[in-house]
Amino acid sequence: MNLHEYQAKALFQHYQIPVPKGQVIDSLNDLDEALKAIGSDAWVVKAQIHAGARGKAGGVQLVSSVEQAHEVAKTLLGSSLETLQTAGKALPINCLLIEETLAIYQEFYLSLLVDRATKKYTFIISAAGGMDIELVAEASPEKILTVSIDPVVGLMAYQCREVAFALGLTGEAFKQLATIMQGLYRLALAKDVALLEINPLVLTEQNELIALDAKINIDSNALYRQPDLVAMRDISQEDEREAKAADHQLNYIALDGNIGCMVNGAGLAMATMDLIKLNGGEPANFLDVGGGATPERVAEAFKLILSSKEVKSILVNIFGGIVRCDLIAEGIIQAVQDVGLTIPVVVRLEGTNVELGRQALANSGLSIITADGLAQAAEKVVAVARENQA
Amino acid sequence: MSILIDQNTKVICQGLTGKQGSFHSEQAMAYGTQMVGGVTPGKGGTEHLGLPVFNTVKQAVKATGATASMIYVPPAFAADSIIEAIDAGIKVITCITEGIPVADMLKVKAVLSHSDAYLIGPNCPGLITPGDKRTGCKIGIMPGHIHLAGRVGIVSRSGTLTYEAVHQTTQNGLGQSTCIGIGGDPIQGMDFIDCLRLFEKDPLTEGIILVGEIGGQAEEDAAEFIQQQVTKPVVAYIAGVTAPAGKRMGHAGAIVSGGKGTAEAKFAALEAAGVTVVASPADMGSAMFERLNAQ
Repeated sequence: MNLHEYQAKALFQHYQIPVPKGQVIDSLNDLDEALKAIGSDAWVVKAQIHAGARGKAGGVQLVSSVEQAHEVAKTLLGSSLETLQTAGKALPINCLLIEETLAIYQEFYLSLLVDRATKKYTFIISAAGGMDIELVAEASPEKILTVSIDPVVGLMAYQCREVAFALGLTGEAFKQLATIMQGLYRLALAKDVALLEINPLVLTEQNELIALDAKINIDSNALYRQPDLVAMRDISQEDEREAKAADHQLNYIALDGNIGCMVNGAGLAMATMDLIKLNGGEPANFLDVGGGATPERVAEAFKLILSSKEVKSILVNIFGGIVRCDLIAEGIIQAVQDVGLTIPVVVRLEGTNVELGRQALANSGLSIITADGLAQAAEKVVAVARENQA
Repeated sequence: MSILIDQNTKVICQGLTGKQGSFHSEQAMAYGTQMVGGVTPGKGGTEHLGLPVFNTVKQAVKATGATASMIYVPPAFAADSIIEAIDAGIKVITCITEGIPVADMLKVKAVLSHSDAYLIGPNCPGLITPGDKRTGCKIGIMPGHIHLAGRVGIVSRSGTLTYEAVHQTTQNGLGQSTCIGIGGDPIQGMDFIDCLRLFEKDPLTEGIILVGEIGGQAEEDAAEFIQQQVTKPVVAYIAGVTAPAGKRMGHAGAIVSGGKGTAEAKFAALEAAGVTVVASPADMGSAMFERLNAQ
C-alpha cells in the first residue's frame, strides 16, 4: 500500500526526520491560511498523487506570490495528473501540499527497503540526488552505497559514519545524518515499511539535511497490525478493477491485449500469458483465481475480464490440485450462463477427475472449446481471437 | 533415494486441529506420510485424526521423535510457529502459510542462520518425495496422485507451475525424486542453490528442473552455482516474459524493476551455465527427457 507524500512526511516528523515546513489543503478556501502559516513570500505547490515524476508533468510548481499560488492551486486541485510513472493513466489530485522553499546546496538520494538478496533492511544512498536511481545504478554504480542492517544489532553508528563520510558531510549535517538514518530504520520497523525513498534528501546552504520528498510503501501483508496506516489508504489512487478484484480475493492486473486469461496460481498465470505471446497473441490481463476456484469466484473473474471491451477470446487454464476438475467445470458452466458470455472460451483442465470435467463442458451445450494440454490451449485461444477480431 | 524427506521421516503438523491443517494432514497420511502428531496450543493431551495433539513443539518432538513439521497457522502467528520449530530442533520445516509480513520473515531468517534446520516456504506448496503408500512422503498441499517416483528433481518458486512440471515428467515416464516448491515470497527459507546442492549430491536424482519467475536475482545466482558445482543436466523455465515492468504479479517477489530480474536476463544467465532453457512451460518435461536420453 502506498502513502501520499504528505502522509509520509507526517510520519517522518514523528521520527525526528526533518522535512520542509508545509501545509496540506484539499480546498482553495484553506490556501491563504496555509500560505500564512508557512510564512515567507515563495512556496512550492505539490500535487499529491501516488506516483513519482510529478515535477516533469507539472505537478510540482514554484510560486512567488499569493496570486500565483492561487492560480496554480486552482489548476491542480480537482484535476488529474499523468506522469511517466502512472502507466498511461491520470491520477486524481484531491489535495495539495504547500511547502516553504529552501536554499539548496546539494541533493542526495536515500532509500531503505527489504533487500531480497541480503534478506535484510538495506539503505541505498547516492550522492546523485534528484535523479532516477535506476539510471545512476546503470551509468555509475560506484556512486551507489548500500548499508545492510543486521536485525540482531540494528543500525550501527559506524554504518551511519561511513555514509556521512562518503557523502562528504561535515559539522551539524554529519551528526544529523545518523539521526535521520536511525529514525528511518525505527520507522520502517514500527510501520512495516517495504520501501521508503527520499529523493532528494537535500543539504541546505545552512548545512542542514532536509527530506524534500518522501515516498513510503507499506507491506500489504502487515496491514492487519497497522490500523493507523490502513486509515490513510486512498482508494482514488488505485485501479478500480484491481481494487474490485482484491475484494473478491482475485489477483487481477489489466494489460493491453485482447485475450482474457483466467488461471489458478500466480506462476501458472504468468506462464499462460507467456504462452499466448509465444503463439502470437497478446494477453488482456493477468488473473489468478487462487486455489479455491468456486463458481462465484469464477463468475466474478469472467465479469472482470469482460470489463475490458478489447477482449476477443478467453483462456481458462486450471490445474486442479486438491480441487476436483468436475467441480471446476460446473463452476465455469454456471458462470458462463450467469454472465451471458458471447465471446469464445477455451478451457484447459488438468488434475483430479479431469475426464468428468471435460465431459461436463462438452455436454453443456455452450460454445466452450476444450483443449488438451497447455500448448494446444494457447494455440486455440489465439486462433479464435483472430477470427473474432476479423 | 530422495532429498530432505522419505518414508522414514516422522512429521508433525503445527495447526493440526485447524481446517487446513486437518484436511492436508489427512491427505498426507493417505499418501503414506508418517504423521506422528500435531501441535495446537491449549489442546495438548487430546487426539485429532487419530494423532496425539501437543501444546508445544518441544513436547511433540520429545514424545514422537519427529524431525519434520508442516505449518498451517494464520499469517499473524506463522513466524512464531517457525521459530518454535527451529528452537525445538526440527530439521525440515515447511510453512504453507501465505501472507506473512516481511518484517516477521527477517526475524525468522536471523534465527535460521544460527541453526541447521531447513525451512521450505513460506507461501509455498511444500515438498514431496513420490512413492506408493509404503514409500512416499508428502508434506504440503500438492495433489499426490500426479506424481511418479523417479529420476528428476524439481525445484520451483510457483505452486501450480510445479504441478505442471510434475505432470509432464509423470506423463513421459521420467518421474520425480523429490519436488520442492520454495515459494514466491521475497524473503524465504531454502532457495534454488540450497536445493540444487542437495539434488547434486543425491545419487538417484539424475536431472533437475528449475522453475523460476521474474523478479529478484535468485535465477542469476542459481546459474552461477550451476556453472561451478552442478554436473547433472538442468532444464529451466522462467515465467513472466510478458509481465509489464513494475507490476506485482501475484507473488510479491515477481516485480521487474530497472531492467534487473527480467526473464530475458535470467534466460541468458542460465543458458550461459549450460542449462536448457525452454521458452514454453509446455516443454519442461520433453526437454528433460531429451537431456537425459542424450547422456
